[in-house]
Amino acid sequence: MEILELLSHGLFLAIQPMNIALIVVGVTLGLFIGAMPGLGSVNGVAILLPITFLVPPASAIIFLAAIYYGAMYGGAISSITLGIPGASTAVATTFDGRPLALKGRASLALVTAAIASFVGGTVSIILFTAFAPPLAHVALSFGPPEIFALMLLAFATFVGLGGDDIPKTVLSICLGLVFASVGFDQISGAPRLVFFGISGFLHGINFLVLAIGVYGIGEMLWTLDTTRGKITSTEARMTFAGIVADTRECFAKAWKGMSIGSGLGFFVGILPAAGATPGSLMAYGVAKMTGRDPDSYGRGNPDGVAAPEAANNSASTGSMLPMLTLGIPGSPTTAILLGGMVIWGLTPGPRLFTDQPEFVWGLIGSFYVSNFFALVINLSFIPLFIWMLRMPFTILAPMIFVLSVVGGYAATNDMHDVWLMLIFGLSAFFLRKFDYPLAPAVLAIVLGPIAEPTLRQSLLLSSGDPSIFFTRPIAGTITVIAIILILLPLFGVIRRKMKGSSEASA
Amino acid sequence: MRLGEIVTAAVLAALSIYMMWKSTDLNIGYVAGKGPGGGAWPFWLSAIMLVCTIVIAFNWARRTSPPSRSTEPVLDADGRRMLLQVGGGIFVFVALIDVISIYGAMALFLFYYLWFLGRHALWLALTISIATPIVFFFFFEALMRITLPKGMSFTDPVFNVLYDIIY
Repeated sequence: MEILELLSHGLFLAIQPMNIALIVVGVTLGLFIGAMPGLGSVNGVAILLPITFLVPPASAIIFLAAIYYGAMYGGAISSITLGIPGASTAVATTFDGRPLALKGRASLALVTAAIASFVGGTVSIILFTAFAPPLAHVALSFGPPEIFALMLLAFATFVGLGGDDIPKTVLSICLGLVFASVGFDQISGAPRLVFFGISGFLHGINFLVLAIGVYGIGEMLWTLDTTRGKITSTEARMTFAGIVADTRECFAKAWKGMSIGSGLGFFVGILPAAGATPGSLMAYGVAKMTGRDPDSYGRGNPDGVAAPEAANNSASTGSMLPMLTLGIPGSPTTAILLGGMVIWGLTPGPRLFTDQPEFVWGLIGSFYVSNFFALVINLSFIPLFIWMLRMPFTILAPMIFVLSVVGGYAATNDMHDVWLMLIFGLSAFFLRKFDYPLAPAVLAIVLGPIAEPTLRQSLLLSSGDPSIFFTRPIAGTITVIAIILILLPLFGVIRRKMKGSSEASA
Repeated sequence: MRLGEIVTAAVLAALSIYMMWKSTDLNIGYVAGKGPGGGAWPFWLSAIMLVCTIVIAFNWARRTSPPSRSTEPVLDADGRRMLLQVGGGIFVFVALIDVISIYGAMALFLFYYLWFLGRHALWLALTISIATPIVFFFFFEALMRITLPKGMSFTDPVFNVLYDIIY
């Protein structure tokens, strides 16, 4: 009952005029950012974080969470009408969304995507409200070894489930962690890693400088380099009667995908560092596998639209669970939100629930409100979003570059960081060409300032004995899971080798 | 792509070695009673990075990674032109910030991109490149009270007029 009381308080906070206005603006911006190919929630949140210093932290995170939410809805719009995913989280939506649009059922696909997003969002928010307070309560007893084990788990998820080249993923993680240690040694206070004696490095490398460099400049250059071809868009006629009919058809044909996506998405989202993209792909796979007619998937089955769309919204809420309760981001976007919390002067972690209940419950309340507004704005303005998608990229791209440069400066008020951001952006462009995943580096630079002291304190507690990460029950369990995740790709290699040799001998 | 991948790995290996060397400014071992020294964390992480670059080079030699098998160039002629025009444009934009203020540099960059690269109509390019810095000025200086770089002193008269509007 206490939870309901806190929740009603949070809802009350979320419907304050300023917060409602921020939610509406955030959701609309998010829908647009999600729909624009080449821009996803992570880009939007990274580029727009510096402008949120204007409002109190609770309002700032409500605004950014609304962008995150809106982007999950918006990604489907371009997946369906253009056939190219608006964001990586909507890749699986193209599989069935595009064929539906080509059959002249774009409206059904868009309505299904919106409703599935709403259902996924709502289910996950209810799960979130139920799970977050007890988890935060348990997490209060965590000491440095448990927290470090959780960090290890976050990085292990990237290695085990990221699906990218393993040495390149590990390198990306380490690079982010080393960059996080630039500036001063937190414990002794001695200057550390001041590259080439440049004084600008003394204040460290702000995570936003890396995040904006990677997601603002690097990704934009990448998009400019890859999308040279002409994009054809499919028109969608939306009428009120049509939406009602499509809604009925959506519930009749796609209820299963919606349920699979809502449940699975949430739990994949909770996994540190996994996030909405793998969540949506897995939900699509499971929906197809368990479907009555698996062959119809990929040819325009509404169920194939509903599963990933429900999952990406559900996962985005799920990924906020470890962020708020444990102080560990569940996705690249929440990593940036977490960094933002530090800038706003909050200490992420379980104490937030007791120290900053207004912040936590205001945010949770805003999930409900944002989800509602995202559905309404999405359904009522689909034609407008399709029209906006025709805006030439040559107008949007320079605006994003300008926002990135200004954001890079506003974060620390130092030109050194703007130059650094530019270097990161250009490097990110090339590293991406050679399949280096960069999300792990961004996550690592956010987690570095937590991971290093907890490791050092743990080793100090145990007088240098690393077995402390195995002998404590919670830390031990998490460490073992992390190690299994790290070894997971190795098992795959061995299995393939054995299969290869048995085939060769046969 | 094949040459590019090994060059990238070599650059990253050099960076790792540099960071390892730089970490040794502080103690990289275990200090009794104080825990690991201040340099230990970055040193060993950079060491793992170095190992990763060796594995990447090994995979490159065995041609197991997609870029190491690719015969495509890292950047074709269009890609090179894009990088030079856009990347170069941003570079000049950032370089001009300390000369003609962030707002002036922004206006020039937007005009260059919209008119020269985007081939939009002159009126559209001019409107966006003049309106954007003005909106940014009032948003940052008036609303958020964040002062952005104003460049050299010859820009003062312009900003004095604008500040008179705010205060």
